[in-house]
Amino acid sequence: MVNKLDIISSPHKHDGSTVSSVMLRVCLALVPGILCYLWFFGIGIVIQCMLSIGFALIIEALMLKLRHRSLRIYLHDGSAIVTALLFALMITPFSPWWISLTGVTFGLVFAKHLYGGLGYNPFNPAVTGYIFVLLCFPVLMNHWPLPTGLFNQSNNATYTLNKIFSSAVAIPSQSVDLSIDNTTVINDVNSLSGATPLTHMQTQIQSMEMISEIKTDSMYGNFGGKGWEWISFAFLLGGIGMIWMKIISWRIPVTVLGSLFLTSMVFNFYDADIYASPFFHLFSGGTMLCAFFIATDPVTASTTPRGRIIYGCIIGLTAYVIRVWGAFPDGIAFAVLIANSLVPLIDRYTRLKVLGES
Amino acid sequence: MAMELHKFHGGLKLETHKTITDDIVATQHPLPARIILPLRQHIGIPSEPIIKVGDHVLKGQTIARANGYVSIPLHASTSGKVIDIGDYPVPHPAELSATCIVIEPDGEDKWCDISPTHEYASVDPKKLQDVIRDCGITGLGGAGFPAHVKLNEGVRNVVDTLIINGVECEPFITCDDRLIQEKADYVVAGTQMIRHAVQAKHCVIAVEDDMPEAYEALAKLVSDDIELIKVPARYPAGSEKQLIQVITGKEVPSGGLAIQIGIVMHNVATAASVYRAVTRGEPLISRYVTITGKVEAPRNLQVLLGTPVIDCLKACGYEPNDNHCIILGGPMMGMNVTNPEIPITKTTNCILVEKKKNVTIEMPCIRCGACVDVCPIKLLPQQLYWHARSDNLEEAQRYHIFDCIECGCCSYVCPSNIPLVQYYRYAKSQIAAEERRRDGADHARARFMAHEARHDQDQQADSDDLPLLADPESDVQAKKDYIDEAVKRTRQKRGKQQTKPEDKSGK
Repeated sequence: MVNKLDIISSPHKHDGSTVSSVMLRVCLALVPGILCYLWFFGIGIVIQCMLSIGFALIIEALMLKLRHRSLRIYLHDGSAIVTALLFALMITPFSPWWISLTGVTFGLVFAKHLYGGLGYNPFNPAVTGYIFVLLCFPVLMNHWPLPTGLFNQSNNATYTLNKIFSSAVAIPSQSVDLSIDNTTVINDVNSLSGATPLTHMQTQIQSMEMISEIKTDSMYGNFGGKGWEWISFAFLLGGIGMIWMKIISWRIPVTVLGSLFLTSMVFNFYDADIYASPFFHLFSGGTMLCAFFIATDPVTASTTPRGRIIYGCIIGLTAYVIRVWGAFPDGIAFAVLIANSLVPLIDRYTRLKVLGES
Repeated sequence: MAMELHKFHGGLKLETHKTITDDIVATQHPLPARIILPLRQHIGIPSEPIIKVGDHVLKGQTIARANGYVSIPLHASTSGKVIDIGDYPVPHPAELSATCIVIEPDGEDKWCDISPTHEYASVDPKKLQDVIRDCGITGLGGAGFPAHVKLNEGVRNVVDTLIINGVECEPFITCDDRLIQEKADYVVAGTQMIRHAVQAKHCVIAVEDDMPEAYEALAKLVSDDIELIKVPARYPAGSEKQLIQVITGKEVPSGGLAIQIGIVMHNVATAASVYRAVTRGEPLISRYVTITGKVEAPRNLQVLLGTPVIDCLKACGYEPNDNHCIILGGPMMGMNVTNPEIPITKTTNCILVEKKKNVTIEMPCIRCGACVDVCPIKLLPQQLYWHARSDNLEEAQRYHIFDCIECGCCSYVCPSNIPLVQYYRYAKSQIAAEERRRDGADHARARFMAHEARHDQDQQADSDDLPLLADPESDVQAKKDYIDEAVKRTRQKRGKQQTKPEDKSGK
């Protein structure tokens, strides 16, 4: 590019923002959610975050080396760390270490660097990595701890570390049936683990149970799943922080949440016994994390103001359809990938009318 | 003011740094040792010298005449001897040289005969335009569009509103602010004259809301038929399209001119020089220039055109420093200057000495869209960048690259530190070059066809041995007509594609 830019060009001032400062602020905005997660589900999340970041940095460095890019510049941009954190927040805290390695590697190698690295990837690397492991190891990905609190016996460090690093990672056979039979709590050797409220809700509805009955289960809180609702709330706070810091625009999160809320409200209004309440949808699963941190990934999202609105609505609607009628309890990750693939089209047709264009 | 103001899309709230110079009285810069006057200080065709090396010229004397319609004459800034006519470095983004007339002042600063236009209000507007043209007046806002061209548009079209632009939106620059504070009477009287020249129904003088003294100075003088407006300080509110949008709520057509929506805009300094031209017959030979930033005594100077930049800097206590750079114009749109020997021209509004920008690494675009949010033209800068970078010039045009006013907002906020404006300039120049090539090919084709026509005719003449029988005259004429028409068609096509990048009297 040197030949095009051999003259020092105006403007001669800059607001001082850098890619790494943007990424750093995204990480900071994730902190409340991670702390909340830690409080309800124990130390596992911290270990997963560290594992993912470690793997991500190694893979990123390796790929940069292979692509003859400067490690000093590109490793510092922080994008790999954000990918790693988001990935860690999507998988269960009990996932064995190689889940993290597989997912992060797939995301960074296939979804990011093979497309040309930072800025050129059409699909969100964290989500791509997550979906890869979800499809490859579905049972492990559904094996969640219960929100019993940080100091609960079952979530303690030794147990969690054992889960993550033990070579005998086999999940007790009962848990395989988890999504089939209606047990929400199973005895896994010596601790409690189970499905997420979203999974529970889906399987129970499929077995013709009324939502009013389902909700009597102890795993449900005030509006979402117990624990989950607060984690979601913390992500919501972090997300609002990002809008306030002007890192993301309000359009994508508001439309993701808004379209999900409105659709679920309509169906909930139609039949509250088979369609869960809009608040349940907003505060369960990955909704908030996705709406504020994943769908808003600038590289893979639409960039025009109108396009962002369309993009957000596609995610919200697709996620709802998959949640209610699809094979997966939480469709939001798939929804993001589907919307990612539509971005070039959306951007093309939502170009702003330039000043004075008739 | 009762007038309701509107908003433009995007823009930036910048730190203005105007207090450095806006309350210091401008001083007259002394005669320099050498005056270098580029033949082209305006947008259009360079003027044509009418003096020879060795001639003695008087202050205000015409030394180069207008060369075509979009051209203006050039006047000697002081009396002295013409010592050279040749190529010298001039203010140019690529620091090129251009033909200049160099005058060695004799120190007497003796005026030539000039005469005022009496009772301008009873003079034919067209005549007034000629006066303005003969005095070499261009837009002093930054683009340097010959003033009479804009005025003439006003005569040919119905002008609803004349806007006199005192909105100095670029940080650091205060030359218009000081000019208004010191010469408010010139500005107001000049406004009335321009108004007469374009026969505008309404007339507005606009200043920024952070120029209270200038506003007061004007408020004392304006009559009821001129509206004085304060617009919110937001970059780039002083750009023509944006200011029109703020004041009238109307949008200048994409690729079009303000006159198409009945608006003519001139800069306050242009108004002041029109006043001088009409009441005294004084041509444009000096201007206010802000010298600011890292100099000992920052202030505004009244500088004779052609004075070397370095002279002005020295007058304000400038010490050369390797960590500093010199910017001609403001920090957002100005150009970096490495040779301070270049002269002050009609469009030089500011000399800014600043710390050199830290070397930043250009990261890949992460498509964050910060540029989309700040673009006052509502372009998609990241898409434009993408197409400019890959030399996809057609797509760049489809994304309206020629509507870009190069205000620099996008580059300012880009977290990846991409010099976006530079990419756009590159793409624009590539497109222009492409068109020139196409143009050249058209000419070649026309020449070739004419040659073929002659050849055919000769052959026919040979074979017939009766040269005049086939009436070759009419045949050639028909072919010539055909060729001319083809050339005209391509010209028209080109004309449609080409917008006028010069039409942005932004500061």
